[in-house]
Amino acid sequence: MGRKESMYKYIVKRVLLMLPTLLGAACLIFFLLRMIPGDVCELRLAGDGQYVDPDALAACYTNLGLDKPVYQQFLGFIGGFFTFDLGESMWTGQPIEREIGLRFQLSLQVAIMATLVSILIALPLGTISAIKQDTWIDYVVRTFSIAGIAIPSFWLGIMIILGLLISTQAWFGTPWMPPIEYTSPFVDLEANMVQLIWPALATGYRYAAVATRMTRSSLLEVLREDYVRTARAKGLLEKIIINRHALKNAMLPVVTIIAIEFAFLMGGMVVTEQVFNLNGLGKLFVESVQNHDFAMTQALVMLVAFIFVMINLLVDIFYAWLDPRIRYS
Amino acid sequence: MSVTEINPGTVIEELAERKPLSERIGSLIRKQPLGLAGLLVVSIMVVCAIFAEYISPYDPELASFEHMLIPPNGDFLLGTDQFGRDMLTRLIFGAQTALFIGFTCAFVGSFAGLVLGVGSAYFGGKVDLIFQRVMDVFMAFPLIILALAIVSIFGTSMSSVITAITIPFIPRCARVVRSSALAIREIPYVDAARACGFSHIRIILRHMAPNVMAPFLIILTAAVGQAILTEASLSYLGMGVQEPTPAWGLMLQGGAEEYAESAPWVAIWPGVAISLAVFGFNLFGDALRDVLDPRLRTR
Repeated sequence: MGRKESMYKYIVKRVLLMLPTLLGAACLIFFLLRMIPGDVCELRLAGDGQYVDPDALAACYTNLGLDKPVYQQFLGFIGGFFTFDLGESMWTGQPIEREIGLRFQLSLQVAIMATLVSILIALPLGTISAIKQDTWIDYVVRTFSIAGIAIPSFWLGIMIILGLLISTQAWFGTPWMPPIEYTSPFVDLEANMVQLIWPALATGYRYAAVATRMTRSSLLEVLREDYVRTARAKGLLEKIIINRHALKNAMLPVVTIIAIEFAFLMGGMVVTEQVFNLNGLGKLFVESVQNHDFAMTQALVMLVAFIFVMINLLVDIFYAWLDPRIRYS
Repeated sequence: MSVTEINPGTVIEELAERKPLSERIGSLIRKQPLGLAGLLVVSIMVVCAIFAEYISPYDPELASFEHMLIPPNGDFLLGTDQFGRDMLTRLIFGAQTALFIGFTCAFVGSFAGLVLGVGSAYFGGKVDLIFQRVMDVFMAFPLIILALAIVSIFGTSMSSVITAITIPFIPRCARVVRSSALAIREIPYVDAARACGFSHIRIILRHMAPNVMAPFLIILTAAVGQAILTEASLSYLGMGVQEPTPAWGLMLQGGAEEYAESAPWVAIWPGVAISLAVFGFNLFGDALRDVLDPRLRTR
């Protein structure tokens, strides 16, 4: 069987394996949400425990389709994905695509910026730490990266805001804080950057720390391989050995970890968004869980799960394509 | 010792070159200074948690409106918060909460993961395939999202916070353990145990689980730090431990941002405590991995 043919087979098999995962995720979140005590209609009509007209409540249920049997609701939810109709938010009544749209843009941009920050930090630091293993440089880099994993990024965010307030107060006499209103980068790049660079740094540090550790340990493993010893024995310059031979082979797990962290950032910035008052996917998620907005929460969770599964798939295909030693079994 | 050659795992190789205890401790200090630093931080935390009532200067829940937001001074070494409670006292008692939640979640989650992971590898075939798909489903959610959903269902009691943090750990641990256990499954002694008529549970727990201890221990230490971080995040969002229980994440939620400029100590110290704690567990876990996993051992 040709390499190309087996690769297609592998991709098809992996895509098919995605379906049960996504279906499982859909079931899990659908039933989890329906276990939460209280519902969106009570919350909308009663607010803080006032009297609710039973007719209004019933009308609300009918309106949102919550009076239908659970299995019909579930089929409607699943069917929505195949017809690309996510429905309306149960809280605001707006179409879900529109509600998610802008926030998705924001979260995606912060995630991309954080990825750039992490790559710029992780590759040089991880490499130098591996080359100078067990010297003081290595210890400094390792401490820096373990600290990055230990420091909660939301607290780092608070510290960044605090630092900005204090330093602007000292230099300009008036405290300055990043703007809260989101501006699209295509409208005003500067206003956009001034707002989003800080959360990107706060999450990027943690992310960089993870990638630095992976770069270091992966490069260390490769440097112990026979072909590196051969290259040394040939008398190749250390620089060429590292750049041409070792780094190329050490990059695979680093790419994986960067991609997977990216997927997590898309849905996992819940707390950082809270700190910087960013109106992103994470904040929308917290709000919709609190409002019992089933339709919105389900759509968000499925979006995050889909991104995650997709990225995993792409990484695996990339892996297989890049490394001929991997058999598609 | 035919096991030694076949097992691609690592523990047994370590056993083969076992040295006297004193010598091993000595070499540990020389080779793993960072790991020892981590152990030291963890020990300080444990001591703080155990003797919190004796070493802390005040009552952690005693609010006093006369002492609101006092900057650090001789009476209040780290200042007071917006309710007039002593920061240092609350930090010390916060170690209790963090360690209790950290250890409980890490142990329960990792142990469940260990049994499920080894079991999945042991039974293999369809069981393994189905189990893998279920794990995939859980892994497709970011940790914090799953935790938030669970807390909304069961409320914000201590036990539901622990459940919320524990459940996402299970698939993560199970996956790592399973991959090691798959190799062990192929070693003849497992078949020998079955031929002896031992029950599945006994083979999984007594015969296979001890041989995946290396990855398990590494995961376990990392999980403690991760649990402390997740607890802090949940509490910061107001969906974790509730007032007046002293918890580090909660201390940051209480108004760290509002008072950030006028009373920065409220925002700084709890974060330092969280970072140090997780830092300690991670350093220790790293050293443990270097010791237990010879593939990563220094040249």
